[in-house]
Amino acid sequence: MDSTSFVALLSAVLFTIGVLGVLLRRSALLIFMSVELMLNAANLAFVAFAHRWAQLSGQVIVFFVMAVAAAEVAVGLALIVTIFRTKRSTNVDDLSALRG
Amino acid sequence: MTDLPLLIILGAISIASALGLLLSRNAIYAALFLVLNFGVGAVIYLVLNAPFIAVVQVSVYAGAIMVLFLFVIMLLGAERLSPAENPPGIPLQRPLAIALGAALFGLALYVLFARQPPATPSPMVDSSPAAVGQSLFSTYVFPFEVVSILLLVAMVGAVVLTRNK
Repeated sequence: MDSTSFVALLSAVLFTIGVLGVLLRRSALLIFMSVELMLNAANLAFVAFAHRWAQLSGQVIVFFVMAVAAAEVAVGLALIVTIFRTKRSTNVDDLSALRG
Repeated sequence: MTDLPLLIILGAISIASALGLLLSRNAIYAALFLVLNFGVGAVIYLVLNAPFIAVVQVSVYAGAIMVLFLFVIMLLGAERLSPAENPPGIPLQRPLAIALGAALFGLALYVLFARQPPATPSPMVDSSPAAVGQSLFSTYVFPFEVVSILLLVAMVGAVVLTRNK
């Protein structure tokens, strides 16, 4: 197994752990952190394949992913703070106002 | 490959810290595990000949984003995650989540390793920050400008959302 395959495998494992975090945890903050873990796993695969094929494009894409992740975190955390002001909770099970 | 042993050690730390994030009972500990994971990721980027991305990872992810997370956790006083995470919202949530996660992992393994790529050793590309910047401001200049507008919109949105009326 060469290093590219190993990093691709590591990226798959980290992405799966992130998915499990989104599916299993109930705190909105923990779910958000798991999403960051998944983004990071995808970045890892991008850099590994950029290294393997000697392309710079993979690294540039990772740069864009990081910029979008920063924007997403700013807005997402603002939403969580706003929801906390009205609901007094970050548990996603408490946010059931739209349940039919 | 000479850097495979190093990558195996880094990968073990990375997976352990991700599991710590998944299993920890305190949101602060979870955030610190995630910082460790991002730091290890930066070292992996260095091993993979991507120094610019490694530094951006430390300053943006492990620095800015995780500081924001820690601020919000402490601001809301949400460190203690409710121990009553069970009963889950949906019946059978835990076994279903684990089964779906395993299916996703199997699918990812199939996509990544079903076809072996041709084993041609690629030449070392010049991936210095100067080369990345050259690419960013020539080939990718339009997405770069779009990202600047996106960051401005996100900043205004965050200010508007959290403003006290």
